Amino acid sequence: MQRFLHIQPQKCTGCLQCEMACSLDNEGIFNPAKSRIKVFVFHSEGQFAPFTCTQCNDAWCMNACPVDAIQVDRDTGAKIVIDTQCVGCKVCTIACPFGTINYNRDTGKVIKCDLCGGQPECVTACPTDAISYIDSDWAGFERMRASAEKSLASAANS
Amino acid sequence: MAWQRKILRVDLTNGTCKSEPLNMEWAMQYLGQRGLATKYLTEEISPTVEPLSPENKLIMATGPLTGTMASTGGRYSVITKGPLTGAVACSNSGGFIGAEIKSAGWDMFIFEGKAPQPMYLYVENDKAQLLPADFLWGKSVWETDTLLHQKHQDPLLRIAAIGQSAENGCLFASVINDLHRAAGRSGVGTVMGSKNLKAVAVRGTLGVGNIRNPKGFMKSVVAGKQVLAENAVTGQGLPAYGTQVLMNVINEMGALPTRNWREVQFEGAGKISGEAMCEPRATDGKANLVTNAACFGCTIACGRISRIDQEHFSVKNSPKYWGASGGLEYEAAWALGGDTGVDDLDAVTYANYLCNEYGMDSISFGATVAAAMELFEDGVITTADTDGIELRFGNAEALCQIAEQTGKGEGFGKEIAQGSKRLCDKYKRPDLSMTVKGQEFPAYDARGIQGMGLTYATSNRGACHLRSYTVASEVLGIPEKTDPLVAEGKPGLVKAFQDLTAVVDSSGLCVFTTFAWTMDDIQPQIDTACEGNWSVEKLAEAGERIWNLERKFNLDAGFTAKDDTLPERVLKTPANAGPAKGRVSELGAMLPEYYELRGWTPQGEPTQETLERLGL
Repeated sequence: MQRFLHIQPQKCTGCLQCEMACSLDNEGIFNPAKSRIKVFVFHSEGQFAPFTCTQCNDAWCMNACPVDAIQVDRDTGAKIVIDTQCVGCKVCTIACPFGTINYNRDTGKVIKCDLCGGQPECVTACPTDAISYIDSDWAGFERMRASAEKSLASAANS
Repeated sequence: MAWQRKILRVDLTNGTCKSEPLNMEWAMQYLGQRGLATKYLTEEISPTVEPLSPENKLIMATGPLTGTMASTGGRYSVITKGPLTGAVACSNSGGFIGAEIKSAGWDMFIFEGKAPQPMYLYVENDKAQLLPADFLWGKSVWETDTLLHQKHQDPLLRIAAIGQSAENGCLFASVINDLHRAAGRSGVGTVMGSKNLKAVAVRGTLGVGNIRNPKGFMKSVVAGKQVLAENAVTGQGLPAYGTQVLMNVINEMGALPTRNWREVQFEGAGKISGEAMCEPRATDGKANLVTNAACFGCTIACGRISRIDQEHFSVKNSPKYWGASGGLEYEAAWALGGDTGVDDLDAVTYANYLCNEYGMDSISFGATVAAAMELFEDGVITTADTDGIELRFGNAEALCQIAEQTGKGEGFGKEIAQGSKRLCDKYKRPDLSMTVKGQEFPAYDARGIQGMGLTYATSNRGACHLRSYTVASEVLGIPEKTDPLVAEGKPGLVKAFQDLTAVVDSSGLCVFTTFAWTMDDIQPQIDTACEGNWSVEKLAEAGERIWNLERKFNLDAGFTAKDDTLPERVLKTPANAGPAKGRVSELGAMLPEYYELRGWTPQGEPTQETLERLGL
């Protein structure tokens, strides 16, 4: 089964545990500035939105890379950056329609979500289940189940 | 290590910023944040310094766990000698700037002297500079935040600022960070204003590493998060209702000070409670509460984000207040609501917005308005004094008007800005000032919760609930239930809470974790992060050392045991209703035992033996 990061912004409190978990796993340090997932705050609406790479199937970043430094992790389907090949040209950061691949000036390479090899640390760290790692073919499973439950109730009442 | 081992010394008089190593010998004794900064302060200023003179210093300090993944590890404190009290002032805030300071590579900023003209500090990792703030002076906290983000073209900049109230000398001005988190009490913002320091803007991209035992640390962090999630208060009550979960509870037990402490139960409590914030309004069908929100790293998320009905009188003609902003926590709801007798939730929310916008402590502001309302009701002051404002208990319009006047330093607001003690002294009714050491009471009646009376009387920063929150034990049964109406046993309870809280306030963690965490949960997180073999015993001793250091500073500043007291209204006028009806605070019975437990003389001074034991 292939999974993906399913984000429910309405559950997010903006605590940044995900950003710290991400930077700890990738950089060995607590540093939101180096996180591959970013929580956006929409202050006057009172909303928070975690956002990261959706692992496109036909990935712009991968297609744009002139040195084949972005490759598919066969186990997870993640598009991962091969550091030894990346030359830091940043073309992928221009190609990505979502802005989720970014340059890291400290290393001279680009960084993006790699799904932590199949055990995403942001999911483990999130205290409110705003980020979950679920079957990519069944993104609507929970909503469908809830709707089905509702249909049971309305059937019982009719 | 967890410390960055580096402090920034900002000489405002000469406009210089210098890096210097953190004194690790002191860190081993005082941990960080509150404790360590108080050590620096007491070493560097005279206790008799005039708080608003250039000779006073102001320290912004993080703890070793600030900026780490430890739940709630985003706290910072502002430490100085407070102008409201003349005592040591230490105000703690969450939000995000504490972690940003740490991520920029600093443990502390020490500000000294006074800038010849308005300046702000801009820090980008190891680059720190003082820049002219003429374009910010006279602006609110919110405007300052916008202008600095615009100027630096950096949406990720974290900002702490003072508003107009501090510039105008309001004695309870706060330092507000991230728009609505406050280092609130004792006038720490006033000191910042007296130094012509308008704001501190920080961007840190270096991160926090140097964890002594990374695997052990993450294990204790994960375990700690689990405990918070499974606890009814931190896992359910606080996320759902914030600290406002207490409004109805405290009211029912007859410990909700009402109308300047004349009464102990407020008939309108339900209307301004946490539950009310979640209910759809009759007017527009929407709830006051938009969402809960977390500070940096916090897995509790007690913060409130609210929205006022656009048709409400307070904001009808002011679209800038129509968006969501920082909502009411319990203390603010009580001070601006219960203590003033105002039961209009949106009006109280609006007054809270103004406290954030103009940079005022909502507790001291609300409590001073309550005292002014009693002066008005008693006919001591009239509309001639208040520029026509009918400053009566329960008058929501008057609350909103006086909040704006106080924030701007206009009209009768100038007198409110001096705090309740100076206001009541001026009108020769000192009996109406509900203060200790010049600082206004928070939201728990000392007649109905006996431990809180001793807490207020002995707090080193003037009346304060956060120095030993015995409410946890006396009301919520944490760590074990004690009878709130009984004074016996409370001196020991207060001392234990004071020392524990001093540790939490020095670590980078939030004191609200202690609803769920004991020292056994906190100690492993500190010890795995920091070198120094921090056992529970060593931490408790550090807490006691911090408490005594603060006490010694205050004694040297001129305070005596006579100042460890409460207003007569609490000591002599019995509670008028509820379970505590007929009772007064039994402070007199508790204080001698407390001094003895502390190892102090009957005059409230630490004995030589105590000082030596703690290495002071």
